[in-house]
Amino acid sequence: MVADNSSTPLSVTLRVWRQAGPDQPGKFVDYPAKDLSPHMSFLEMLDVVNDELTTKGEEPIAFAHDCREGICGTCSCTINGKPHGPGRGVATCQVYMRSFRDGDVIVVEPFQAQPFPVIKDLVTDRSAFDKIMQAGGFITVRAGSAPDANSIPVPKEDADLAMDAAACIGCGACVAACKNASAMLFVAAKVSQLGLFPQGQPERDKRVLAMVGTMDSLGFGNCTNQYECSAACPKTISHDFIARMNRDYLAASFRHAFKPASASTGGAG
Amino acid sequence: MAKLESKVPSGPLADKWRKHKAEIKLVNPANKRKYDIIVVGAGLAGSSAAATLAELGYKVKSFVFHDSPRRAHSIAAQGGINAAKNYQNDGDSVHRLFYDTLKGGDYRSREANVHRLAEVSVNIIDQCAAQGVPFAREYGGLLANRSFGGAQVSRTFYARGQTGQQLLLGAYSALSRMVGAGAVELHTNSEMLDLVLVDGHAKGIIVRDLITGEIQRHAADAVILATGGYGNVFNLSTYARGSNASAIWRAYKRGACLANPCYTQIHPTCIPVSGDYQSKLTLMSESLRNDGRIWVPKKKEDRLKEPGAIAEVDRDYYLERMYPAFGNLCPRDIASRAAKRVCDEGRGVGETGLGVYLDFADAIRRLGENGVRERYGNLFDIYREITAESAYQVPMRIYPAVHYTMGGLWVDYNLMSNIPGLFVLGEANFSDHGANRLGASALMQGLADGYFVIPYTIGDYLASHKPGSRPSPDAPEFMAAEAGVRALNARLLANKTGVPVDHFHKRLGKIMWEHCGMARNAASLRKALQEIPKLREEFWATVKVPGSGATLNQSLERAGRVADFIELGELLCLDALTREESCGGHFREEHQFPDGECKRDDENFAFVSAWEFQGEGKAPLLNKEPLNYEFVKMSVRNYK
Ligand SMILES: Cc1cc2nc3c(=O)[nH]c(=O)nc-3n(C[C@H](O)[C@H](O)[C@H](O)COP(=O)(O)OP(=O)(O)OC[C@H]3O[C@@H](n4cnc5c(N)ncnc54)[C@H](O)[C@@H]3O)c2cc1C
Ligand code: FES
Repeated sequence: MVADNSSTPLSVTLRVWRQAGPDQPGKFVDYPAKDLSPHMSFLEMLDVVNDELTTKGEEPIAFAHDCREGICGTCSCTINGKPHGPGRGVATCQVYMRSFRDGDVIVVEPFQAQPFPVIKDLVTDRSAFDKIMQAGGFITVRAGSAPDANSIPVPKEDADLAMDAAACIGCGACVAACKNASAMLFVAAKVSQLGLFPQGQPERDKRVLAMVGTMDSLGFGNCTNQYECSAACPKTISHDFIARMNRDYLAASFRHAFKPASASTGGAG
Repeated sequence: MAKLESKVPSGPLADKWRKHKAEIKLVNPANKRKYDIIVVGAGLAGSSAAATLAELGYKVKSFVFHDSPRRAHSIAAQGGINAAKNYQNDGDSVHRLFYDTLKGGDYRSREANVHRLAEVSVNIIDQCAAQGVPFAREYGGLLANRSFGGAQVSRTFYARGQTGQQLLLGAYSALSRMVGAGAVELHTNSEMLDLVLVDGHAKGIIVRDLITGEIQRHAADAVILATGGYGNVFNLSTYARGSNASAIWRAYKRGACLANPCYTQIHPTCIPVSGDYQSKLTLMSESLRNDGRIWVPKKKEDRLKEPGAIAEVDRDYYLERMYPAFGNLCPRDIASRAAKRVCDEGRGVGETGLGVYLDFADAIRRLGENGVRERYGNLFDIYREITAESAYQVPMRIYPAVHYTMGGLWVDYNLMSNIPGLFVLGEANFSDHGANRLGASALMQGLADGYFVIPYTIGDYLASHKPGSRPSPDAPEFMAAEAGVRALNARLLANKTGVPVDHFHKRLGKIMWEHCGMARNAASLRKALQEIPKLREEFWATVKVPGSGATLNQSLERAGRVADFIELGELLCLDALTREESCGGHFREEHQFPDGECKRDDENFAFVSAWEFQGEGKAPLLNKEPLNYEFVKMSVRNYK
């Protein structure tokens, strides 16, 4: 399978969302992009267009990016209506011009979702994800207090499944793809990863309750099982994790309601 | 002249760290909350430090230019992290890891620092496993290992091809916990643009809020920089586009010594450059060298033939031939130079002739396609996305690319720079990798610094400063630094017409790669030292930064960083010119053995070059910290 390796240059029209600031109105503006190598990445194409705009004295298009290899989760464009554009299991920075045809009109927008307000052009504010993590996305372990790593064996199947979930890059495509702007896939991935380890058990209930509660309070919507999230996920994280989290959440809510709590939580020194 | 006291404790090598920990000053628990610590950067080094210091009770302010700490460049590390656990029972030990790292660094690092690194490596794995980092495991549920270059034991822990991501997310979780608990104040989208000194001590920073453009002053009792490496001085590299040197460069201009800037690492296995528009180079993890075999055709005439059409006898598996003991797993500097040599001989493959094959045919025969997919599937996918070729069917084409910088701000054993109160962690410091870093040891160092070293050593500094003695952010030193930052930004925004920033970055990169890349010589370095100041002049006269400083302005961010890279590039070349020897990643063509190996000069160059800023337009001052090897004999590296 040596895929399309042709080097014939192509020209396209970009229809880009331009918005000067958070509270400003935005609109689509067309830009021609000519004689592009098909081996150029989509973001490199934006670099070229931006250099032309700069040379003309216009403001370049603001877009988020960093690693340009699909791991940092910074890039976040909706291309032709799909978060991260054509292709499955790739982020915006891994889209290559060979995915388009000469003469195409390519519509580029920021990830649209109410909890991700636009900052400028194609850049959005995704700090809501950090807030969810701060509420419970961790196992409490003070540096220096951990037991020997091999003293807690973990079945390979569990570790592998945890790694599948942990592959999330926190880009927010799942939210942008969901008509309800649900963050369930993001939260489920972290809850599942940590819940699969013996180390994650003590805080398991607390974690899922806190993370889901914070997610709800930040304005993310509900999951109605359309699974657009998994389809748009650059790491193809399975929606099965959502079902797993729902089970955890129910069990935790139940236990939380009925579990007797110790009256003395701190030590009296 | 800067005072460079390494503060290496006395006593036997293996006891130094234990003894030091027992003897350094402590801050009592009730007083810790009275100290504010600024941590710039939240990669492995910064986030582990911020989380751990907050756990201890200090008040921490964390700053990153990214929109979230989880996006730091550490996220991109693929292959793994070393630790002397000896879980494989294959003869590993703290001493062996220490020795391999020291030797890998070509005897240009500090013995005591490297030994400490090897000692705490075992704690890192414990810490990360407890955090829920999904390390690869064997069927029995215990941790798995793989091999990396420069070692004859299997001591590298990994999480598929995403080890950096998983370790960073572990540290980010720990940091998030402390943010949630109110113990860390997190400032995202915040770029440090200057360091503030009061009475000669680091007491704060000037920051630009990248979203609103606001310039802020932040004061603290100590400042930690964990801002990563400066490899993007070459423009094309495996670094993230945003990785930059501005934090360390501006600290340098405030008096912090910059050590060994010429020690840069060129990684042998990256996807070759394909066109002028290219913005970054993608690494194919060193772990691939566990199973892939590197070769080029023996005859020049064969170089454009389909690889499958070149018979086994006509192939030159040159690493296996030249370095039979380590073969494809020899250290990076050696593998990179060997690739350059065979390409210079005209035997390089691919259209540009700048490529060698990394072939998995044998591995597929041995393990089956699925076996190979299980180990390296994600890397093969990345390769296919970028090149549109399947490495299951044709060998990968690879070429060396800039990957890591061993140089960085000078620090003592406590990780404090020569500016009191300024600490430097992770890739931003110079301390542990000498002239060449072994694979899987940067992640180890970042986490060692953050989880296990700085929590002890910072106390030694703070204990001698009364709680509450930090200056106000309205002190004149802060106001002056803020004014300086504003003036610099105004200057960058001044040109009405001109040339985009990236144009200068590309040109700088070409100068650096051509004259100060894998092989360097005096004539070529002198040429670079003429060209860079000209580029700098042209930059200020013609760079065009559109828009204003009062909103998100990505051109302005880049312009500031490129301005610093141009200056840093000049110092890097000067350091390379001054170091009249070859060692590790620094290869001077004038100093080689007949077989092309590095010719080190221990008599004259067994020192750390610590450069000190002397003012704009003035030549920097070279300070030397002698490298005294008390326990290991400096010898010629041999991987044959
Ligand atoms: C592709 C790739 C693969 C690698 N694979 C491996 C591997 O397998 N094993 C290994 O050991 N090493 C590997 N490395 C090296 C290793 O990843 C890095 O050396 C290490 O992660 C650096 O960590 P750090 O914490 O020092 O810096 P970084 O992770 O680069 O973090 C820098 C931080 O500083 C912040 N920052 C920078 N400047 C400023 C500023 N002016 N103001 C505010 N914030 C700022 C950033 O926001 C970021 O948070 C790899 C490197 C690359 C490029
Ligand atoms: S830029 Fe990092 S994932 Fe796309």
